[in-house]
Amino acid sequence: MPHDHHDEHHDDHPHPHGSELSPMDLRVRALESVLVEKGYVDPAALDALIETYETKVGPHNGARVVARAWVDPGFRERLLADATPAMREIGVGGRGGEHMVVAANTPDEHNLVVCTLCSCYPWPVLGLPPVWYKSPPYRARAVIEPRAVLAEFGVALPEATRIRVWDSTAELRYMVLPMRPAGTEGLDEAALAALVTRDSMIGTGLPRAPGASS
Amino acid sequence: MNGGQDLGGMQGFGPIAPEPNEPRFHAPWEKRVFGLAMAMGATGTWNLDASRAARESLPPGEYLTSSYYAIWLKALERQVKAHGLATADELATGTVSAPAAPVKRVLEGTEVAPLFARGFPSDRPVAAPARFAVGERVRALTINPPGHTRLPRYVRGRPGLVEAVHGGFIFPDTNARLAGEAPQWLYTVRFSGRDLWGEAAEPGHTVSVNAFESYLEPIP
Repeated sequence: MPHDHHDEHHDDHPHPHGSELSPMDLRVRALESVLVEKGYVDPAALDALIETYETKVGPHNGARVVARAWVDPGFRERLLADATPAMREIGVGGRGGEHMVVAANTPDEHNLVVCTLCSCYPWPVLGLPPVWYKSPPYRARAVIEPRAVLAEFGVALPEATRIRVWDSTAELRYMVLPMRPAGTEGLDEAALAALVTRDSMIGTGLPRAPGASS
Repeated sequence: MNGGQDLGGMQGFGPIAPEPNEPRFHAPWEKRVFGLAMAMGATGTWNLDASRAARESLPPGEYLTSSYYAIWLKALERQVKAHGLATADELATGTVSAPAAPVKRVLEGTEVAPLFARGFPSDRPVAAPARFAVGERVRALTINPPGHTRLPRYVRGRPGLVEAVHGGFIFPDTNARLAGEAPQWLYTVRFSGRDLWGEAAEPGHTVSVNAFESYLEPIP
Protein backbone atom coordinates (compact mmCIF):
# COMPACT_ATOMS: atom_id res chain seq x y z
CA MET A 1 0.00 0.00 0.00
CA PRO A 2 2.47 2.63 -1.14
CA HIS A 3 0.12 5.58 -1.30
CA ASP A 4 -2.19 7.09 1.21
CA HIS A 5 -5.54 7.63 -0.37
CA HIS A 6 -7.31 9.01 2.64
CA ASP A 7 -6.32 12.55 3.30
CA GLU A 8 -3.53 13.22 0.84
CA HIS A 9 -4.86 12.38 -2.55
CA HIS A 10 -7.16 15.08 -3.72
CA ASP A 11 -8.05 16.32 -7.14
CA ASP A 12 -6.50 19.47 -8.48
CA HIS A 13 -9.69 21.48 -8.95
CA PRO A 14 -9.92 24.70 -7.02
CA HIS A 15 -12.46 24.61 -4.27
CA PRO A 16 -14.90 27.49 -4.09
CA HIS A 17 -14.65 27.86 -0.33
CA GLY A 18 -11.64 27.79 1.91
CA SER A 19 -13.45 25.46 4.26
CA GLU A 20 -13.32 22.75 1.59
CA LEU A 21 -9.54 22.60 1.51
CA SER A 22 -8.25 19.15 2.38
CA PRO A 23 -6.48 18.61 5.70
CA MET A 24 -3.21 18.34 3.83
CA ASP A 25 -3.82 21.61 1.98
CA LEU A 26 -4.53 23.32 5.30
CA ARG A 27 -1.46 21.82 6.95
CA VAL A 28 0.81 22.93 4.13
CA ARG A 29 -0.80 26.34 3.97
CA ALA A 30 0.00 26.81 7.67
CA LEU A 31 3.62 25.80 7.09
CA GLU A 32 3.96 28.11 4.12
CA SER A 33 2.41 31.05 5.98
CA VAL A 34 4.82 30.69 8.85
CA LEU A 35 7.94 30.22 6.70
CA VAL A 36 7.06 33.20 4.51
CA GLU A 37 6.05 35.48 7.37
CA LYS A 38 9.26 34.69 9.23
CA GLY A 39 11.23 35.71 6.18
CA TYR A 40 12.83 32.34 5.35
CA VAL A 41 10.99 31.93 2.06
CA ASP A 42 10.48 34.54 -0.64
CA PRO A 43 7.05 33.90 -2.19
CA ALA A 44 8.49 34.87 -5.58
CA ALA A 45 11.12 32.14 -5.24
CA LEU A 46 8.44 29.62 -4.33
CA ASP A 47 6.43 30.53 -7.41
CA ALA A 48 9.52 30.41 -9.62
CA LEU A 49 10.51 26.97 -8.30
CA ILE A 50 7.07 25.52 -8.87
CA GLU A 51 6.73 27.04 -12.30
CA THR A 52 10.16 25.83 -13.37
CA TYR A 53 9.54 22.22 -12.42
CA GLU A 54 5.89 22.14 -13.40
CA THR A 55 6.24 23.63 -16.86
CA LYS A 56 9.85 23.97 -18.04
CA VAL A 57 11.89 20.97 -16.96
CA GLY A 58 10.67 17.78 -18.55
CA PRO A 59 11.51 14.74 -20.68
CA HIS A 60 11.58 16.82 -23.86
CA ASN A 61 15.07 17.87 -22.76
CA GLY A 62 16.31 14.31 -22.49
CA ALA A 63 14.68 13.50 -25.82
CA ARG A 64 16.81 16.20 -27.44
CA VAL A 65 19.93 14.62 -25.96
CA VAL A 66 18.99 11.18 -27.27
CA ALA A 67 18.06 12.42 -30.74
CA ARG A 68 21.32 14.35 -31.02
CA ALA A 69 23.27 11.23 -30.04
CA TRP A 70 21.43 9.25 -32.73
CA VAL A 71 22.36 11.66 -35.52
CA ASP A 72 25.78 12.91 -34.39
CA PRO A 73 28.41 10.21 -33.71
CA GLY A 74 30.85 12.75 -32.24
CA PHE A 75 28.22 13.94 -29.75
CA ARG A 76 27.40 10.35 -28.88
CA GLU A 77 31.05 9.66 -28.14
CA ARG A 78 31.38 12.73 -25.93
CA LEU A 79 28.08 11.90 -24.19
CA LEU A 80 29.18 8.39 -23.28
CA ALA A 81 32.65 9.55 -22.23
CA ASP A 82 31.56 12.50 -20.04
CA ALA A 83 27.86 13.21 -20.18
CA THR A 84 27.60 16.42 -18.14
CA PRO A 85 29.61 18.73 -20.45
CA ALA A 86 28.20 17.02 -23.54
CA MET A 87 24.65 17.80 -22.43
CA ARG A 88 25.66 21.37 -21.67
CA GLU A 89 26.54 21.76 -25.36
CA ILE A 90 22.82 21.71 -26.10
CA GLY A 91 21.77 23.57 -22.97
CA VAL A 92 20.68 20.64 -20.81
CA GLY A 93 21.78 20.45 -17.19
CA GLY A 94 21.23 21.83 -13.70
CA ARG A 95 19.79 20.78 -10.36
CA GLY A 96 19.55 17.00 -10.11
CA GLY A 97 21.84 16.49 -13.09
CA GLU A 98 25.13 17.94 -11.91
CA HIS A 99 26.99 14.66 -12.48
CA MET A 100 25.46 12.76 -15.37
CA VAL A 101 26.33 9.29 -16.60
CA VAL A 102 24.80 7.90 -19.81
CA ALA A 103 24.60 4.15 -20.44
CA ALA A 104 23.96 3.04 -24.02
CA ASN A 105 21.72 0.11 -24.83
CA THR A 106 23.08 -2.36 -27.37
CA PRO A 107 21.70 -5.59 -28.80
CA ASP A 108 23.72 -7.42 -26.13
CA GLU A 109 23.03 -5.22 -23.14
CA HIS A 110 19.99 -3.38 -21.78
CA ASN A 111 20.27 -0.75 -19.05
CA LEU A 112 17.76 -0.02 -16.30
CA VAL A 113 17.96 2.87 -13.83
CA VAL A 114 16.49 2.89 -10.34
CA CYS A 115 17.00 4.63 -7.02
CA THR A 116 16.26 2.04 -4.37
CA LEU A 117 16.98 4.43 -1.48
CA CYS A 118 14.88 7.42 -2.51
CA SER A 119 14.17 9.22 -5.76
CA CYS A 120 17.45 10.03 -7.50
CA TYR A 121 16.55 10.42 -11.14
CA PRO A 122 18.01 13.08 -13.45
CA TRP A 123 15.64 16.03 -13.33
CA PRO A 124 17.16 18.04 -16.19
CA VAL A 125 16.56 15.24 -18.69
CA LEU A 126 13.41 13.58 -17.29
CA GLY A 127 11.70 16.28 -15.29
CA LEU A 128 10.39 15.44 -11.84
CA PRO A 129 9.95 11.67 -11.69
CA PRO A 130 6.46 10.17 -11.73
CA VAL A 131 5.13 8.57 -8.56
CA TRP A 132 5.85 5.03 -9.68
CA TYR A 133 9.60 5.61 -10.12
CA LYS A 134 9.64 6.58 -6.43
CA SER A 135 7.22 3.99 -5.09
CA PRO A 136 8.12 0.79 -3.26
CA PRO A 137 7.22 -1.73 -6.00
CA TYR A 138 9.66 -0.35 -8.58
CA ARG A 139 12.39 0.49 -6.08
CA ALA A 140 12.16 -2.96 -4.50
CA ARG A 141 11.89 -5.07 -7.64
CA ALA A 142 14.16 -3.41 -10.21
CA VAL A 143 17.31 -4.77 -8.58
CA ILE A 144 16.13 -8.31 -7.81
CA GLU A 145 13.98 -9.18 -10.82
CA PRO A 146 14.68 -6.65 -13.58
CA ARG A 147 13.66 -9.03 -16.35
CA ALA A 148 10.28 -9.62 -14.75
CA VAL A 149 9.84 -5.87 -14.32
CA LEU A 150 10.65 -5.27 -17.97
CA ALA A 151 8.27 -8.01 -19.07
CA GLU A 152 5.54 -6.32 -17.06
CA PHE A 153 6.15 -3.21 -19.17
CA GLY A 154 5.99 -5.19 -22.38
CA VAL A 155 9.74 -5.07 -22.92
CA ALA A 156 10.62 -8.65 -23.85
CA LEU A 157 14.35 -8.94 -24.29
CA PRO A 158 16.09 -11.88 -25.92
CA GLU A 159 17.33 -14.41 -23.34
CA ALA A 160 20.92 -13.60 -24.34
CA THR A 161 20.59 -9.87 -23.69
CA ARG A 162 22.29 -8.99 -20.42
CA ILE A 163 20.57 -6.55 -18.10
CA ARG A 164 22.59 -3.90 -16.30
CA VAL A 165 20.79 -2.24 -13.42
CA TRP A 166 22.11 1.08 -12.14
CA ASP A 167 21.11 1.95 -8.57
CA SER A 168 21.66 5.71 -8.07
CA THR A 169 23.05 5.61 -4.54
CA ALA A 170 25.10 8.83 -4.71
CA GLU A 171 24.91 12.13 -6.60
CA LEU A 172 25.63 10.65 -10.03
CA ARG A 173 22.49 10.60 -12.14
CA TYR A 174 21.97 7.97 -14.81
CA MET A 175 20.26 8.18 -18.16
CA VAL A 176 19.82 5.36 -20.64
CA LEU A 177 20.60 6.01 -24.29
CA PRO A 178 18.10 3.75 -26.06
CA MET A 179 18.81 2.20 -29.44
CA ARG A 180 17.56 4.12 -32.43
CA PRO A 181 14.42 2.40 -33.74
CA ALA A 182 14.51 0.73 -37.12
CA GLY A 183 12.89 2.55 -40.00
CA THR A 184 13.93 6.02 -38.85
CA GLU A 185 16.64 6.65 -41.44
CA GLY A 186 14.80 9.52 -43.08
CA LEU A 187 13.76 11.33 -39.92
CA ASP A 188 15.32 14.59 -38.80
CA GLU A 189 16.43 15.31 -35.25
CA ALA A 190 13.13 16.83 -34.14
CA ALA A 191 11.14 13.90 -35.48
CA LEU A 192 13.50 11.50 -33.77
CA ALA A 193 13.17 13.35 -30.46
CA ALA A 194 9.40 12.86 -30.69
CA LEU A 195 9.95 9.09 -30.57
CA VAL A 196 11.88 9.23 -27.28
CA THR A 197 9.76 8.51 -24.23
CA ARG A 198 10.63 9.37 -20.67
CA ASP A 199 10.57 5.71 -19.69
CA SER A 200 12.95 4.76 -22.50
CA MET A 201 15.51 7.00 -20.81
CA ILE A 202 15.47 4.92 -17.62
CA GLY A 203 15.16 1.67 -19.54
CA THR A 204 11.67 0.58 -18.51
CA GLY A 205 10.47 1.24 -22.04
CA LEU A 206 11.69 1.53 -25.60
CA PRO A 207 11.34 4.47 -27.98
CA ARG A 208 8.20 4.59 -30.10
CA ALA A 209 8.28 3.09 -33.55
CA PRO A 210 8.01 5.66 -36.33
CA GLY A 211 4.41 6.18 -37.32
CA ALA A 212 3.07 4.92 -33.98
CA SER A 213 0.74 7.31 -32.23
CA SER A 214 2.13 9.17 -29.28
CA MET B 1 19.89 3.39 8.88
CA ASN B 2 18.00 0.24 8.12
CA GLY B 3 14.81 2.19 7.58
CA GLY B 4 11.78 1.99 5.38
CA GLN B 5 13.64 3.73 2.57
CA ASP B 6 16.07 0.87 1.92
CA LEU B 7 13.81 -1.06 -0.41
CA GLY B 8 16.07 -2.92 -2.84
CA GLY B 9 15.06 -6.59 -3.00
CA MET B 10 12.01 -6.35 -0.76
CA GLN B 11 9.07 -8.48 -1.83
CA GLY B 12 5.34 -8.31 -1.56
CA PHE B 13 4.58 -4.79 -2.82
CA GLY B 14 2.75 -6.14 -5.86
CA PRO B 15 2.80 -4.84 -9.40
CA ILE B 16 4.29 -1.53 -10.46
CA ALA B 17 1.44 0.83 -11.20
CA PRO B 18 2.16 3.60 -13.71
CA GLU B 19 -0.55 6.21 -13.99
CA PRO B 20 -1.50 7.20 -17.56
CA ASN B 21 -0.95 10.90 -18.28
CA GLU B 22 0.25 11.43 -14.74
CA PRO B 23 0.31 15.08 -13.66
CA ARG B 24 3.50 16.51 -12.16
CA PHE B 25 1.65 17.09 -8.91
CA HIS B 26 -1.49 15.40 -7.62
CA ALA B 27 -2.82 18.14 -5.38
CA PRO B 28 -2.16 21.83 -4.82
CA TRP B 29 -0.37 21.12 -1.56
CA GLU B 30 2.16 18.84 -3.25
CA LYS B 31 3.61 21.61 -5.37
CA ARG B 32 3.76 23.94 -2.37
CA VAL B 33 5.67 21.28 -0.38
CA PHE B 34 8.05 20.77 -3.29
CA GLY B 35 8.76 24.49 -3.55
CA LEU B 36 9.04 24.96 0.21
CA ALA B 37 11.51 22.09 0.55
CA MET B 38 13.67 23.54 -2.24
CA ALA B 39 13.49 27.08 -0.86
CA MET B 40 14.24 25.99 2.72
CA GLY B 41 17.12 23.86 1.48
CA ALA B 42 18.55 27.01 -0.09
CA THR B 43 18.68 28.74 3.31
CA GLY B 44 21.71 26.60 4.12
CA THR B 45 20.30 25.57 7.50
CA TRP B 46 20.69 21.94 6.45
CA ASN B 47 21.70 20.09 3.29
CA LEU B 48 20.33 17.52 0.87
CA ASP B 49 21.75 14.59 2.83
CA ALA B 50 20.16 15.87 6.03
CA SER B 51 16.82 16.13 4.25
CA ARG B 52 17.12 12.54 3.02
CA ALA B 53 18.00 11.48 6.56
CA ALA B 54 14.95 13.30 7.93
CA ARG B 55 12.68 11.54 5.41
CA GLU B 56 14.04 8.07 6.00
CA SER B 57 13.97 8.38 9.77
CA LEU B 58 10.18 8.26 9.70
CA PRO B 59 9.14 4.94 11.25
CA PRO B 60 9.09 2.31 8.47
CA GLY B 61 5.35 1.72 8.71
CA GLU B 62 4.69 5.42 8.29
CA TYR B 63 7.27 5.81 5.53
CA LEU B 64 5.77 3.00 3.50
CA THR B 65 2.19 4.22 3.80
CA SER B 66 2.84 7.90 3.17
CA SER B 67 2.79 9.38 -0.31
CA TYR B 68 6.04 10.83 -1.65
CA TYR B 69 5.32 14.47 -0.92
CA ALA B 70 3.71 13.60 2.41
CA ILE B 71 7.11 12.17 3.38
CA TRP B 72 8.71 15.43 2.24
CA LEU B 73 6.22 17.44 4.29
CA LYS B 74 6.68 15.45 7.48
CA ALA B 75 10.46 15.67 7.16
CA LEU B 76 10.37 19.41 6.45
CA GLU B 77 8.17 20.06 9.48
CA ARG B 78 10.58 18.06 11.63
CA GLN B 79 13.58 19.96 10.30
CA VAL B 80 11.99 23.36 10.75
CA LYS B 81 11.15 22.52 14.36
CA ALA B 82 14.49 20.85 15.13
CA HIS B 83 16.42 23.89 13.92
CA GLY B 84 14.28 26.31 15.90
CA LEU B 85 12.88 28.03 12.82
CA ALA B 86 9.27 27.50 13.88
CA THR B 87 7.41 25.95 16.78
CA ALA B 88 4.95 23.10 16.72
CA ASP B 89 2.28 25.56 17.75
CA GLU B 90 3.06 27.85 14.85
CA LEU B 91 2.85 24.95 12.39
CA ALA B 92 -0.44 23.85 13.90
CA THR B 93 -2.03 27.30 13.73
CA GLY B 94 -0.26 28.92 10.78
CA THR B 95 0.22 31.97 12.98
CA VAL B 96 3.62 33.30 13.94
CA SER B 97 4.09 33.55 17.70
CA ALA B 98 7.85 33.34 18.13
CA PRO B 99 10.62 35.50 16.70
CA ALA B 100 12.33 34.37 13.50
CA ALA B 101 15.72 32.71 13.82
CA PRO B 102 18.52 33.89 11.56
CA VAL B 103 19.20 31.84 8.41
CA LYS B 104 22.34 32.02 6.26
CA ARG B 105 20.55 33.18 3.14
CA VAL B 106 17.15 33.55 1.59
CA LEU B 107 16.60 32.42 -1.99
CA GLU B 108 15.13 35.25 -4.04
CA GLY B 109 12.78 34.79 -6.94
CA THR B 110 15.24 36.13 -9.49
CA GLU B 111 17.92 33.69 -8.32
CA VAL B 112 15.93 30.53 -9.00
CA ALA B 113 16.47 30.27 -12.75
CA PRO B 114 20.25 30.87 -12.79
CA LEU B 115 21.00 28.85 -9.64
CA PHE B 116 18.94 25.82 -10.59
CA ALA B 117 20.13 25.86 -14.19
CA ARG B 118 23.68 25.73 -12.88
CA GLY B 119 22.96 23.15 -10.22
CA PHE B 120 24.74 22.35 -6.98
CA PRO B 121 27.71 20.09 -7.69
CA SER B 122 28.80 17.74 -4.92
CA ASP B 123 32.23 16.75 -6.20
CA ARG B 124 35.07 17.89 -3.96
CA PRO B 125 38.84 17.45 -4.08
CA VAL B 126 40.34 14.61 -2.05
CA ALA B 127 44.04 14.83 -1.23
CA ALA B 128 44.76 11.13 -0.78
CA PRO B 129 45.06 8.85 -3.81
CA ALA B 130 42.20 6.47 -4.58
CA ARG B 131 42.51 3.20 -2.68
CA PHE B 132 40.90 1.07 -5.39
CA ALA B 133 41.39 0.84 -9.14
CA VAL B 134 39.12 -0.12 -12.00
CA GLY B 135 38.98 -3.90 -12.32
CA GLU B 136 39.75 -4.56 -8.66
CA ARG B 137 37.60 -6.96 -6.65
CA VAL B 138 36.13 -5.42 -3.50
CA ARG B 139 33.62 -6.33 -0.87
CA ALA B 140 30.94 -4.01 0.49
CA LEU B 141 31.33 -3.87 4.24
CA THR B 142 28.83 -5.43 6.56
CA ILE B 143 27.75 -2.32 8.42
CA ASN B 144 24.53 -1.13 9.99
CA PRO B 145 25.00 2.55 10.82
CA PRO B 146 22.21 3.98 12.96
CA GLY B 147 22.37 7.25 10.99
CA HIS B 148 22.21 8.11 7.31
CA THR B 149 24.14 5.95 4.88
CA ARG B 150 23.98 5.31 1.15
CA LEU B 151 25.16 1.72 1.16
CA PRO B 152 22.01 -0.30 0.54
CA ARG B 153 21.48 -3.43 2.62
CA TYR B 154 21.27 -5.73 -0.37
CA VAL B 155 24.95 -5.24 -1.28
CA ARG B 156 26.44 -5.36 2.22
CA GLY B 157 28.91 -8.21 2.60
CA ARG B 158 28.80 -9.00 -1.14
CA PRO B 159 31.75 -9.12 -3.53
CA GLY B 160 31.82 -6.83 -6.54
CA LEU B 161 34.05 -5.34 -9.19
CA VAL B 162 35.19 -1.73 -9.33
CA GLU B 163 34.15 -0.48 -12.73
CA ALA B 164 34.64 3.28 -12.39
CA VAL B 165 36.48 5.73 -10.14
CA HIS B 166 34.63 9.04 -10.09
CA GLY B 167 36.75 11.36 -7.97
CA GLY B 168 35.95 12.92 -4.62
CA PHE B 169 32.39 13.56 -3.49
CA ILE B 170 30.73 14.83 -0.33
CA PHE B 171 30.33 11.91 2.09
CA PRO B 172 26.60 11.72 2.90
CA ASP B 173 27.01 9.88 6.21
CA THR B 174 28.78 12.83 7.87
CA ASN B 175 27.15 15.58 5.86
CA ALA B 176 23.67 14.40 6.87
CA ARG B 177 24.40 15.09 10.52
CA LEU B 178 26.00 18.44 9.65
CA ALA B 179 29.37 17.04 10.72
CA GLY B 180 31.23 18.11 7.59
CA GLU B 181 31.47 17.20 3.93
CA ALA B 182 34.47 14.93 4.58
CA PRO B 183 34.78 14.08 0.87
CA GLN B 184 35.79 10.58 -0.17
CA TRP B 185 36.52 8.78 -3.39
CA LEU B 186 33.38 7.52 -5.05
CA TYR B 187 33.29 4.34 -7.12
CA THR B 188 30.90 2.39 -9.23
CA VAL B 189 30.88 -1.20 -8.02
CA ARG B 190 29.16 -3.88 -10.05
CA PHE B 191 27.66 -6.97 -8.45
CA SER B 192 26.42 -10.09 -10.18
CA GLY B 193 22.78 -11.02 -9.68
CA ARG B 194 23.92 -14.38 -8.39
CA ASP B 195 26.17 -12.84 -5.72
CA LEU B 196 23.31 -10.64 -4.56
CA TRP B 197 20.35 -12.97 -4.80
CA GLY B 198 21.67 -16.52 -4.96
CA GLU B 199 21.17 -19.42 -7.32
CA ALA B 200 17.65 -18.40 -8.30
CA ALA B 201 18.73 -14.99 -9.59
CA GLU B 202 17.62 -14.09 -13.10
CA PRO B 203 20.45 -15.05 -15.44
CA GLY B 204 22.71 -12.42 -16.97
CA HIS B 205 21.91 -9.51 -14.74
CA THR B 206 24.18 -7.25 -12.75
CA VAL B 207 23.55 -4.34 -10.43
CA SER B 208 25.92 -1.38 -10.16
CA VAL B 209 25.86 0.98 -7.20
CA ASN B 210 27.87 4.06 -6.37
CA ALA B 211 29.88 3.33 -3.25
CA PHE B 212 32.09 5.57 -1.16
CA GLU B 213 35.59 4.36 -0.35
CA SER B 214 34.86 3.73 3.32
CA TYR B 215 32.04 1.37 2.34
CA LEU B 216 34.50 -1.01 0.69
CA GLU B 217 37.32 -3.38 1.55
CA PRO B 218 39.76 -5.14 -0.74
CA ILE B 219 39.33 -8.83 -1.50
CA PRO B 220 42.76 -10.38 -1.06
